Amino acid sequence: MSAFPATIFLQSESFIYVLYIAAFTLMVLGLRGLAGPKSAVRGNRLAGVGMAIAVIATLLSPHEGRWGLIALGVVIGTAVGIPAARRVKMTAMPQMVALFNGVGGGAVAIISWVEFRHYGSTYGSHIATAAAGEGFATYTTPAVPTYVAIFSVAAAIVGSVSFWGSNIAFAKLQEILPGRPITLGSGQQALNGLLALLALAAGVALVAGVHSELLFIGMLLAAALLGNAVVLPIGGADMPVVISLLNAFTGISAAATGVALNNPALIVFGMMVGASGSILTKLMADAMNRSIPAIVAGGFGGGGAVEGAEGAGEHAGTVHSIGAADAAIQLAYASHVVVVPGYGMAVAQAQHAVRELAKELEKRGIEVSYAIHPVAGRMPGHMNVLLAEADVPYDQLKEMDDINPEFQRTDVSLVIGANDVTNPAAKNTPSSPIYGMPILEVADSKSVIVIKRSMNPGFAGIENELYYDPKTAMLFGDAKSAVADIVSELGSI
Amino acid sequence: MILASTLTTNLAILVLAGFVGFIVISRIPNTLHTPLMSGTNAIHGIVVLGGLILLGLEGLSVFSDILLVIAVAFGTINVIGGFLVTDRMLEMFKRKPPKPKDDGGDGS
Repeated sequence: MSAFPATIFLQSESFIYVLYIAAFTLMVLGLRGLAGPKSAVRGNRLAGVGMAIAVIATLLSPHEGRWGLIALGVVIGTAVGIPAARRVKMTAMPQMVALFNGVGGGAVAIISWVEFRHYGSTYGSHIATAAAGEGFATYTTPAVPTYVAIFSVAAAIVGSVSFWGSNIAFAKLQEILPGRPITLGSGQQALNGLLALLALAAGVALVAGVHSELLFIGMLLAAALLGNAVVLPIGGADMPVVISLLNAFTGISAAATGVALNNPALIVFGMMVGASGSILTKLMADAMNRSIPAIVAGGFGGGGAVEGAEGAGEHAGTVHSIGAADAAIQLAYASHVVVVPGYGMAVAQAQHAVRELAKELEKRGIEVSYAIHPVAGRMPGHMNVLLAEADVPYDQLKEMDDINPEFQRTDVSLVIGANDVTNPAAKNTPSSPIYGMPILEVADSKSVIVIKRSMNPGFAGIENELYYDPKTAMLFGDAKSAVADIVSELGSI
Repeated sequence: MILASTLTTNLAILVLAGFVGFIVISRIPNTLHTPLMSGTNAIHGIVVLGGLILLGLEGLSVFSDILLVIAVAFGTINVIGGFLVTDRMLEMFKRKPPKPKDDGGDGS
């Protein structure tokens, strides 16, 4: 019974395939459902049902029988997964996604490891058979075909990178590790290259028939170090792109596992995630006017941050600072207010206070809308999720292209913990590192109130000239307490 | 009739699934990207199948068994946690009954 997976598991098991096809259908319908806010809940559940069908179909295979072990794994996973998913706060969602992504990558790596333990002694032996002119002898060859070894080893490398990279992303977002880039400087890329090369060389040797479990573990380790080394130099604010990228990686590695195990469900689901994750990563990187290679190389931190730090002390303009009472008066006499939320609102968990403020303003007949930059916060759509949690009506959330023309007729733009996404330098200063990034054109509005902890620059490490604009008032403080102060001041007007 | 090899069949599935992913997903509005990322993240928990399939092999060592149980547990966390979190996020996008608006209207 030491034939390769195809024969063992799926040959002539048409029923399982039929169930898989049903699962694919549900999965595609589910993903389509995710395209709209109304159908999204149903879409997600359809995808979940599709997944359940695929799992049940797999368990139908006559080769399954170790129910105790399967139950043990599922029970452990459920016992960890359900409370984690139920308890996590909406603000901590990005790191939760990173963590879930990481365990997925870890599972891929472990599965490849077991494949190696089981089939590894035959890796490479098929090369000789193929060379002898029996290239199509697959079903009856006792050795696994070379492509199985290649896909399995590739999945192991990518899965391990994804597992460790995601863990670092989690640690950074959870502030276990500092969010700022941790880098070796110029040696970083050489180190990354070396680690990638080591993992690759080990993989090639394994596929060619070097049967050493130590070498396999060494490959996993090199990939693990690579995952650490790639993500550590990336700043906290770039994490959404990284998580999305790792998400795509895990999907692709799952698809590779599927090719190695000859399982179409793994291939289809994994590849669909790989494709969607890639698109999402590109969209996010585009919205920040950054290239994915530049983010992965951690290149932004270097030059830009240093210049910004120098520039911070030298700026000639003056900053106009106000208190909550002034801000309340300014808002009370506006007729159209746009709230521009950012990372600071997420950190301070100020979304409920913001909603209170908006309610107060609406009671006075003031029109309130929210300007959502695609990459505000730590993930695209992060602001939407937070504001939705606070019961902000979906139609008050305006995307960048819709709200930008509106700023000219806006009396007060209330910027809450957003920085780089409002920086006019992206439009006006060609030398700026963020030049060309699409921004919310807050500077067009009649007046601006910025709630911010301090004058420290944002993650891009550059000065925001919006703060020196004469029509801008700065309200220094924690977003949540500052907004709550404005609300109470409003009450007394 | 041409008999395709297992590899080419699987590669065809791989490529087509990639296109389906691109087409279905590129239509999704920005605002739903976080739930989408979370949802697709849950989907690659499908690797749990790999653990299940390998557990069906004969002659696994105890250490392999332990590894596979860990893999199945990881995959399960990925699937169940991912779908639940996505569901929680999406519930928040549901339109609430417009009661606060009406109250405000009565007041003014």
